[in-house]
Amino acid sequence: MIISDLTVDKRVNVDIISIPLKIIQKSMVIAHIHVIDFDDENNIINKNVLLHQAGEIWHISASPADKGVLATCYNKTADGKVVTCAAVWRMPAELEPGGHESPEDAASPAHALELLCHLGPAAHGSTACVAWEPAGDGKRVISLADNHILLWDLQESSSQAVLASSASLEGKGQLKFTTGRWSPHHNCTQVATANDTAVRGWDTRTMSQIYCIESAHGQLVRDLDFNPNKQYYLASCGDDCRVKFWDTRNVTEPVKTLEEHSHWVWGVRYNHSHDQLVLTGSSDSRVILSNMVSISSEPFGHLVDDDDLSEQEERSQEPPQDSVIATYEEHEDSVYAVDWSSADPWLFASLSYDGRLVINRVPRALKYHILL
Amino acid sequence: MAAAAAGRGPGCGPGDSPEGPEAEAPERRRKAHGMLKLYYGLSEVEAAGRPAGPDPLDPTDLNGAHFDPEVYLDKLRRECPLAQLMDSETDMVRQIRALDSDMQTLVYENYNKFISATDTIRKMKNDFRKMEDEMDRLATNMAVITDFSARISATLQDRHERITKLAGVHALLRKLQFLFELPSRLTKCVELGAYGQAVRYQGRARAVLQQYQHLPSFRAIQDDCQVITARLAQQLRQRFREGGSGAPEQAECVELLLALGEPAEELCEEFLAHGRARLEEELRSLEAELGPSPPAPDVLEFTDRGGSGFVGGLCQVAAAYQELFAAQGPAGAEKLAAFARELGSRYFALVERRLAQEQGGSDNSLLVRALDRFHRRLRAPGALLAAAGLAEAATEIVERVARERLGQHLQGLQSAFLGCLTDVRQALAAPRVAGKEGPGLAELLANVASSTLGHIKASLASVHLFTAKEVSFSNKPYFRGEFCSQGVRESLIVGFIRSMCQTAQNFCESPGEKGGATPPALLLLLSRLCLDYETATISYILTLTDEQFLVQDQSPVTPVSTLCAEARETARRLLTHYVKLQGLVISQMLRKSVETRDWLGTLEPRNVRAVMKRVVEDTTAIDVQVGLLYEEGVRKAQSSDSSKRTFSVYSSSRQQGRYAPSYTPSAPMDTNLLSNIQKLFSERIDVFSPVEFNKVSVLTGIIKISLKTLLECVRLRTFGRFGLQQVQVDCHFLQLYLWRFVADEELVHLLLDEVVASAALRCPDPVPMEPSVVEVICERG
Repeated sequence: MIISDLTVDKRVNVDIISIPLKIIQKSMVIAHIHVIDFDDENNIINKNVLLHQAGEIWHISASPADKGVLATCYNKTADGKVVTCAAVWRMPAELEPGGHESPEDAASPAHALELLCHLGPAAHGSTACVAWEPAGDGKRVISLADNHILLWDLQESSSQAVLASSASLEGKGQLKFTTGRWSPHHNCTQVATANDTAVRGWDTRTMSQIYCIESAHGQLVRDLDFNPNKQYYLASCGDDCRVKFWDTRNVTEPVKTLEEHSHWVWGVRYNHSHDQLVLTGSSDSRVILSNMVSISSEPFGHLVDDDDLSEQEERSQEPPQDSVIATYEEHEDSVYAVDWSSADPWLFASLSYDGRLVINRVPRALKYHILL
Repeated sequence: MAAAAAGRGPGCGPGDSPEGPEAEAPERRRKAHGMLKLYYGLSEVEAAGRPAGPDPLDPTDLNGAHFDPEVYLDKLRRECPLAQLMDSETDMVRQIRALDSDMQTLVYENYNKFISATDTIRKMKNDFRKMEDEMDRLATNMAVITDFSARISATLQDRHERITKLAGVHALLRKLQFLFELPSRLTKCVELGAYGQAVRYQGRARAVLQQYQHLPSFRAIQDDCQVITARLAQQLRQRFREGGSGAPEQAECVELLLALGEPAEELCEEFLAHGRARLEEELRSLEAELGPSPPAPDVLEFTDRGGSGFVGGLCQVAAAYQELFAAQGPAGAEKLAAFARELGSRYFALVERRLAQEQGGSDNSLLVRALDRFHRRLRAPGALLAAAGLAEAATEIVERVARERLGQHLQGLQSAFLGCLTDVRQALAAPRVAGKEGPGLAELLANVASSTLGHIKASLASVHLFTAKEVSFSNKPYFRGEFCSQGVRESLIVGFIRSMCQTAQNFCESPGEKGGATPPALLLLLSRLCLDYETATISYILTLTDEQFLVQDQSPVTPVSTLCAEARETARRLLTHYVKLQGLVISQMLRKSVETRDWLGTLEPRNVRAVMKRVVEDTTAIDVQVGLLYEEGVRKAQSSDSSKRTFSVYSSSRQQGRYAPSYTPSAPMDTNLLSNIQKLFSERIDVFSPVEFNKVSVLTGIIKISLKTLLECVRLRTFGRFGLQQVQVDCHFLQLYLWRFVADEELVHLLLDEVVASAALRCPDPVPMEPSVVEVICERG
């Protein structure tokens, strides 16, 4: 019943402005994945339900290379114990985003996902998170299990997962990874993970730690995201209600700190093309869209043509100022996931505990301000 | 009346007669006449007098100037009856008779006087004739006297001339004798040491000798004199150089040397060099006192010695110099000024070094007195040598010291405040002896407030010494204006209050740092302190300051309201931080308890978990703590018994539980709908919302944070049947005890409902416990 995660599928076809979204529903035994198509032109939402029979899903991520493939972390209850495992699945062909001629009768029994492979035996502990290599051919996956970071190679069209390398975090107490992201920069060799209040960076070639932000947040770190256009820049959020922006070359001080939310921040996402737009969702039931001009790769006036002098002057007069663009209060309960559409950079969705999915658009005025 | 009768002739009668062919013509003509008369300046009296009284041109007026007897008679005859005519006739006769008799008396009286006047004139004529004769005789006598006198003076002429010549010769001889004796006299004088006398002699003779040096005898004398004078000068210089004797004697030497015609330029150089040597001696002795050896005399003694030694010496030198070398003009004055400036600056450097040593000291009155001496002493040379700018420099030094003092007081206040806080920390950290409570928070707060206020007052009092009436520099513009407003008020008092707020706010920073964690009680105490400052203390202190230092400066000062706003903001932030911190403590407890437990394999609940009791205990402790410093605050109207709400909790959770097992895709919509509808009617709960300054608001904030954490943690776990029941028991227990702390108990219910509902949703086998059993367990626990 509880919706835990939301992934916006990577979709390249921009001719048809439709944003496929996948929503996962969890139940105690079987989870449902809702694939939602949002047709921007006609404002129509299509919903398809996929059964995830292995158990309730806590995390989901879609393969960047194959839009029909996705990885999930799910709970399995066995012998009065809850174990979280990870697996790679394939969606039924007709439900793949893009195959939008799917049968529309909701009465038909829900389709089931086709299991491709399990990400190893659960010997390493509960898997908290699965991350695909962002730019690769969809063959490499990182999974975080307790205090282990595992790199898998998917072989034979993803039907077999081989543990390529692993590393583990040693330290006193029970260390547990909570989340992780794969950096799109540096030829995809870096992964950032979060455990408790620390954020760590790993090199996937040597599986060794490259940086560590100790006490990045006052309390638990909930989510991470890399700036897609600017190397070294990383956003994190956590239970201290803050969103922090880091330059991983200097981990002593955050570049910028936002303190707009009044409760734990559960998700932070950079816009894929305009990285000054940052989306955050929090359990104060709010979604906040911020304009972080000062640390974006795209400062004001950058895109203005030279012949457009008068406008440039006008622009240069207003200093770039970080600001909150909008606060969305449509949710009635804690917002656990936010993400941008991969097809339309001005569209984003947020998901809350009560199962409400809200799709919003960047304000038109701001959109033109950025574009023009 | 008689005179009036002889006025104008009757000539004007016909023109003035009222009858005529035209009735209006005469009127107009008269007006024209009047204007003409005015123009020619005739009889303004008439013109002026016309409006009042009878018309003077009226020919029938007996007393008027234009009286015409014919017209008058005509008028009488025509207008009056016979009786009246008779009356007027008799009246007129009587009047005429009276006038006649009056005229006769007048004539008699005046006749007598005329007779006597004639007699007097005749007598005078006789007397004058006699006097003329006597005058003639006097003239002849005078002529005779003049003649005699001329003859006498002619006789005495040549004798008088001889006497004059003799007198001249005598004077000359005396001068010559003086000249001849001069060398021996000079020698004697020099031998006796009567230099002054010698120089006077020399001065008297010099011009003469100069004039007559072509005569051999005089030349010899002059040579002798020059030799002696040279020796004299030599001796004088010797004395001057020896320098042992005091400044007045030196001045005398220089004066004599000047009189001997020594070159003034050189002398003044030498004089200054001597003065310098002496003053440097003074400076050296001062410096020696200043030296590194610890037992330096106190600053008062130091400035005293400097004042009497150096400044006194400087004064003497300057006064003597000005007296001696007044002829030197501006160049000389400039030289003296440079001299004074140079030595003065060295003196100031020494004084400043000494004062810098004093900066650490706390005795303001001594310092002020020393400064006062210093400043007062320098007023004399300052007046003497305006060009050297000594007085200005001295004032500057005093101002600088005053400024430094202010800075020091500010630092002192800050460190005192920090010391207070350290004391409070220690008092808070001190282990409580069982049965014996340490000093309560309120007491600590009172201590901090009173000691801070005491320090402020002490600082004010000691700074106030700088502006006391009897201190010589207190009427300088700096001390009257800027010192009071910018110095004391702005930088000391306002600066301290600001820094206090800043210090307090710094406790709000670095929330995640484990090391320098601030005890929450300190935050609470500081918050209350700032609030007290905002309500009363700031305005009290500023009023006190303004009263003590009658601020005359017009420069803008920070208004009380700004400071109050800052203090209030600080208090608010501190309190908010306190809430967050305490909320975090309880949250961590709850979170650990949820995360570490195995909720699937738990047994049927028999007890409330110890954590929950601990939460209630801690909350009660916080309530007591906050209650010591903050007022109760208002809460919403509440029901007397909150436990009756219990049932609604289960009804809602049960309802959801019924939906839970159905896994058809449409089913979740119903649950969503249900919970959404439920939420539509409840207000959004702002968890980390700003708090108000009262106990209830603070507690509400803490409980909100804690329960929200519990909610979020529960949502991340999976519960077995008994796990859910345990949550149910725990929540009921919390509800039983927490409602009394918050402003709106509805809030606690809402959040706890939410927790139980979430737990039910996370439970694959949601079988809630009977409410009665829950109650029994809670009451037992």
